[in-house]
Amino acid sequence: MHNPQLNKNGELQHLITIEGLPGAVVTRILDTASSFVGVGDRDVKKVPLMRGKSVFNLFFENSTRTRTTFEIAAKRLSADVINLNISASSASKGESLLDTIDNLAAMHADMFVVRHAQSGAPYLIAKHLIETGQSHVHVVNAGDGRHAHPTQGLLDMYTIRHYKKDFTNLTVAVVGDILHSRVARSDIHGLTTLGVPEVRAIGPRTLLPSGLEQMGVRVFTDMNEGLKGVDVIIMLRLQNERMTGALLPSAQEYFKSYGLTPERLALAKPDAIVMHPGPMNRGVEIDSAVADGAQAVILPQVTFGIAVRMAVMSMLAGT
Amino acid sequence: MTLPELDAEALYQTLEAQVKQELTGMQRLAIVGIYSGGAWLAERLAQSLQIKEIGFLDVSFYRDDYAKRGLHADVKPSHIPFEIEGATILLVDDVLYTGRTTRAAINTLFDYGRPARIMLAALLDRGGRQLPVAADFVAKKIKLEANQSLILKKADDGRLTLTVDHA
Repeated sequence: MHNPQLNKNGELQHLITIEGLPGAVVTRILDTASSFVGVGDRDVKKVPLMRGKSVFNLFFENSTRTRTTFEIAAKRLSADVINLNISASSASKGESLLDTIDNLAAMHADMFVVRHAQSGAPYLIAKHLIETGQSHVHVVNAGDGRHAHPTQGLLDMYTIRHYKKDFTNLTVAVVGDILHSRVARSDIHGLTTLGVPEVRAIGPRTLLPSGLEQMGVRVFTDMNEGLKGVDVIIMLRLQNERMTGALLPSAQEYFKSYGLTPERLALAKPDAIVMHPGPMNRGVEIDSAVADGAQAVILPQVTFGIAVRMAVMSMLAGT
Repeated sequence: MTLPELDAEALYQTLEAQVKQELTGMQRLAIVGIYSGGAWLAERLAQSLQIKEIGFLDVSFYRDDYAKRGLHADVKPSHIPFEIEGATILLVDDVLYTGRTTRAAINTLFDYGRPARIMLAALLDRGGRQLPVAADFVAKKIKLEANQSLILKKADDGRLTLTVDHA
């Protein structure tokens, strides 16, 4: 089946999900990002690639951090950025999603960065643009429901490659609320696409989706067992709202079983790195001593995230 | 085809001699090679002139054909590990043609700082300029058809060769 993210020349046209992307495309994004990393260290932190282009940040769901990194990435590419907090505007007046898109496209948008609580919304927008002959407008998924958060997945892959060089001899553990996590899904697709031989998912049974084994993932409910000998630990944020349902007893209980403490970290390889997509809940999924420790690469992830988003945007806008 | 008169090694020696004669002992001289051919030449020039300040540029982010052709597939990280402000930069490229790459390279450099002076060295000048750009040092001028392109290659032992490709 043709991947709707790619044009007929196999170039990335929209970024909706890492799932199904050829490994060569993923690697090219990471390679391109490595050229953008140095731009942030220069006197002038901008390159002129997207001068005159308009990037619309469409956040139907709040996220200060992701919106900010996309905004910085677009501005460092010299694009004009328009931030729209849709939950507070047209949607509340009853305008449909695609009507909103058509209106913004009529304002000569070149790119939509879309965050939406509904899985599939960015795909729907991309499909609509293709079907209405507006395929010069590109869509980047900035997180949709439980489905995907591809730029977070890519920046995680970038971070792993930066510290570990090669994917083909790694054991990577993703820990926490896998069930509700679009980051976990994007990470797992990224890791398997890039040839990581062992991906582990660690979490309480209530927060592990079915079908993980079919994705080639080893499942652990005992964190101490799952962390043994791993090279990379990706912690997931425990969303507070999960605590109110029947899925988890309490934050303290969760930390006791699945919090990453220095003692647990010692079970991993001595040079293991600790990642977290942020925002962190210290004392819930991660101990402060680990979050601020020598093995944490959580802040470099943020820096790399800008370069990865610059790479994605400049590759899309050039097709 | 390989033109016998395009002996890359001999051309390099010519270029090196010119550069040495003009620039030996110059204060705050830095050498910057444009990927990929220019980078190989820059490395050799820096070694032979004993210049420690050497950098490499990929001009993909500054090219004027991005809107037409998109981002180049093989972008390399630019690396300028010295202070550009006030330096004299010898920019090195393998082939000078339209001048667009040189324009992009100059713009890239200026985003690192304000150099005192930029000079240009190229192994070959094939004419066909589309911008007011000229080289300070060039080993040879040749004429080529628009559908021909020159490719500089580096063998494992470091030897350079030039070939002409037909589109």
